[in-house]
Amino acid sequence: MKITRRTFLKVSGATAVGTVLSGLGFDLSPAEVYAQTLRIKGAKETTSICCYCSVGCGIIVHTDAKGKVINAEGDPDHPISEGALCAKGGSSYQIAINPNRLQKVRYRAPNSGGWKEVSWEWALNKIAANIKKSRDASFTEKNAAGQVVNRTNGIASVGSAAMDNEECWLFQKFLRSLGIGSGRVVRTRCNDQSLYRF
Amino acid sequence: MTNHYIDFRNSDVILNMGSNAAENHPVSFKWIQAAKDRGALFIHVDPRFTRTSTKADIFVRLRSGTDIAFLGGMIKYILDNNLYDEFYVKNYTNASFIVNPNYGFDDGLFSGYDPNKRAYDQKTWALEKDENGIPKRDNSLQDPRCVFQLLKKHYSRYTPEKVTEITGTPGDDLLKVYKAYSSTGTPDKAGTILYAMGWTQHTVGVQNIRTMAMIQLLLGNMGVAGGGVNALRGESNVQGSTDHALLYHIIPAYLPTPRAQWATIEDYNKTTPASKDPRSANWWKNRPKYLVSLLKSMYGDKATKDNDFGYSWMPKLDPTQDASWLNLFDEMYKGTFTGFFVWGMNPACSSANAGKVRQAMTKLDWMVNVNVFDNESGSFWKGPGMNPKKIKTEVFQLPCAAFLEKEGSITNSGRWSQWRYKAANPPGVAKPDGDIMYELFKKVRALYAKGKGAFPEPILNLKWDYETKGHFDVHKVAKEINGYDLTTGKLVPSFGALKDDGTTSSGNWLFSGSYTEAGNMAARRKKDDPTGLGLYPGWSWCWPVNRRIIYNRASVDLDGNPRNPNRVVIKWDAATKKWVGDVPDGGWPPMGTEGFYPFIMKPDGVAHIFGPGLKDGPFPEHYEPLECPIEKNLMSSQRINPVVKIFEGGPDTFLTCDPKYPFVCTTYRVTEHWQTGVLTRWLPWLIEAEPQLFCEMSQELAKLREIKNGDRVVVETARGKVVAVAIVTSRMKPFNIAGQTVHQIGLPWHYGWIWPKDGGESANLLTPTVGDPNTMIPESKAFMANVRKVAKKAKS
Repeated sequence: MKITRRTFLKVSGATAVGTVLSGLGFDLSPAEVYAQTLRIKGAKETTSICCYCSVGCGIIVHTDAKGKVINAEGDPDHPISEGALCAKGGSSYQIAINPNRLQKVRYRAPNSGGWKEVSWEWALNKIAANIKKSRDASFTEKNAAGQVVNRTNGIASVGSAAMDNEECWLFQKFLRSLGIGSGRVVRTRCNDQSLYRF
Repeated sequence: MTNHYIDFRNSDVILNMGSNAAENHPVSFKWIQAAKDRGALFIHVDPRFTRTSTKADIFVRLRSGTDIAFLGGMIKYILDNNLYDEFYVKNYTNASFIVNPNYGFDDGLFSGYDPNKRAYDQKTWALEKDENGIPKRDNSLQDPRCVFQLLKKHYSRYTPEKVTEITGTPGDDLLKVYKAYSSTGTPDKAGTILYAMGWTQHTVGVQNIRTMAMIQLLLGNMGVAGGGVNALRGESNVQGSTDHALLYHIIPAYLPTPRAQWATIEDYNKTTPASKDPRSANWWKNRPKYLVSLLKSMYGDKATKDNDFGYSWMPKLDPTQDASWLNLFDEMYKGTFTGFFVWGMNPACSSANAGKVRQAMTKLDWMVNVNVFDNESGSFWKGPGMNPKKIKTEVFQLPCAAFLEKEGSITNSGRWSQWRYKAANPPGVAKPDGDIMYELFKKVRALYAKGKGAFPEPILNLKWDYETKGHFDVHKVAKEINGYDLTTGKLVPSFGALKDDGTTSSGNWLFSGSYTEAGNMAARRKKDDPTGLGLYPGWSWCWPVNRRIIYNRASVDLDGNPRNPNRVVIKWDAATKKWVGDVPDGGWPPMGTEGFYPFIMKPDGVAHIFGPGLKDGPFPEHYEPLECPIEKNLMSSQRINPVVKIFEGGPDTFLTCDPKYPFVCTTYRVTEHWQTGVLTRWLPWLIEAEPQLFCEMSQELAKLREIKNGDRVVVETARGKVVAVAIVTSRMKPFNIAGQTVHQIGLPWHYGWIWPKDGGESANLLTPTVGDPNTMIPESKAFMANVRKVAKKAKS
């Protein structure tokens, strides 16, 4: 019998755990599995889906009492991945606990050699002002042929297949309201036609 | 995908071509293995012997960029040996349709070519219709102008000898693949194709896939369990971002983007696909309902019948404008844009000809870069060769939450929309992307409400009410996407309820049914599998209408009986007059009674073996990559795809058959990294496992260039160069192409200068600015390069 943490928990009350004897003459795997449980004992489980490729593997994220991510592993109930993850999915909790994460809003002034930390309020106000300036300067109501186009020609956008569906939909709404939508929305270089579409 | 990941296990022959599934979609391999355990045959066709090849029953090599030749030979083999599914071809495809008498093909060119425009006039590719507007057919498939006979004629040129000369694949290897795959042409057998960027990133990318789609139709493999055309997509929500139209040419759910020549909804609706055939469901005839419902979700109460539901507020493309990636950066390079959003992307490494992209960014006034980690795009101004003092671009780098720090859904390649929950708070002041854009728009709107500005209507009238207690609420957007009955205020149960009179809304008709009065369907976790095929209809939710295998009406005969009784996707129950099994492609009775043709999204109701809609021809034809090792295309006088756009000047150079760049080069990925590496290079486990850029080459080439395994080498093209560690391996072999030895090399594209410090640069500094004429996807999988050992520094 293949012992996973879950099956171990299910059968550990019974004595009839199938044993495969190791070279030492006794079976280490239940002990190893038990040791794994200590790390996540009492942790909160949250189901998620892997952020990397498009298979859509199930992940269970474990957080401790303080809400810190302490582990992520395959979701054994997930019908596609059945608990498996590749090297990337299996490492994904290192995104959450990574000291190199961007944690501050940063601004680089024209011709400057470095970043400056700024507040959300300051950054969003300045970006909004930039959007308005670029939009107002480049907005085109009619094209050269005199046809109505109502389009912003001076702002471009790329991204993103790394966002959630709801964010993708909201982002296209945001861009199209600015007049960017039909002119310049592009996603990623690598997927422009591999899609399944009607 | 027309099918889905678990469905691989239902296949009898799996062809993996243009993809390295074991390396790049490792967990998908579980289902390839499950098929193999049942006795299925697994075929891998690739320039390299990879992790996928190690599991293949048949592995054969081909030169990068020669897939149409390879598959064209398979079409010929299927036709010559009568291995096609005759019932399927006659009833469910346009093989019997009659083509315009002026259609022709000569020496690499289809009829209607204009060399000055580098474009076709497609008039002569039309299918003929009778006096009632119904396509003319010859069901005996004998008429010399019917699609079937034209197909035969076109591919008669793809002889095994010719294919071998072009691809470098030995004749015996070709035959092994052709024979094995075409064994799925009987109703009791299914064959599937798993492909990825190895097929798409070519100047013939769309036609690569079309060639295989045609094979799938000839063999009757579409709509069946274990069949289909299945793209293994590279990103977790690339399907969803496509569905929601983060693209220039479509608005949500595959509606065409409004263009200047369609000034009103009435004009737009004149382009609605139409059919006069009473047997064709022509589902796209419902498009006007989806457009008005979308406009209601965009502008809410402000969209009224009197103002054309706000249609004029939607931005419009010029009549033939192509605003795709390569053109976008070409214009940026020329200084067209002042502002740029780089949201969850890294074009400084992901774009073809990345050196040009990095230069283009210096022309901007401002850039907004939203990401989880620092990246080469947000920090482009301090990259190699840049002088920050001379770069005017303001950059805002906004920290966003990672996937496990927010709630929402993503859609996998099998079209399953799966909900994920928030496990932890994001670090520092980072916020979910949704919160950032939600708050940013409110700031923009306030500016337009306060003062004068250009055309403020679409901004002031936008429906932007997705918050609860002052915070962005993702559930409200999910419901908006599903849509409402605006009379009752209830969520619609499916797109069948949508109307064109402004009484319904839906942000994306294909997602109607995803979040209904019954709840959030994407969050479901039921494990029932009533068909036994692994469809799991109660797990998550799949578009459209939870249909797990698209075109499933092609899996039954004219009476609704499954053509393969062992793998029943749907079946007509005559007693209850209902379909059982998967959600059928329309609930009408079987086609043999009063039902419709099975391919309901096509105006003619049948699948296109002859495809008159693409820019480069109704049948796929082999052309060489823009940069290739042979001076003449062995199939015709047209060396390259005659309708590709050529970018010339400045950073856009290319050299073909040039002794300076004698080797075919390709790019790819490894398991431990993802895309440009922004989400993997910073993870200690992953960067330890794959720390730096490498270049794979054959032992023969290494000997020729006096390179040893582990040496540092320079890989160079007409655009740029990178330094990599040489991997000398028997996994790569030289090809014999038309009597000459051609070497191939390859390298992954996951790296960049920012981190790790000695990890190497982006392989996209090498790739050319040239794209497929239909999609403009760049040709990153076949170009010409040189490789040489880094000269050791002289000891002082």
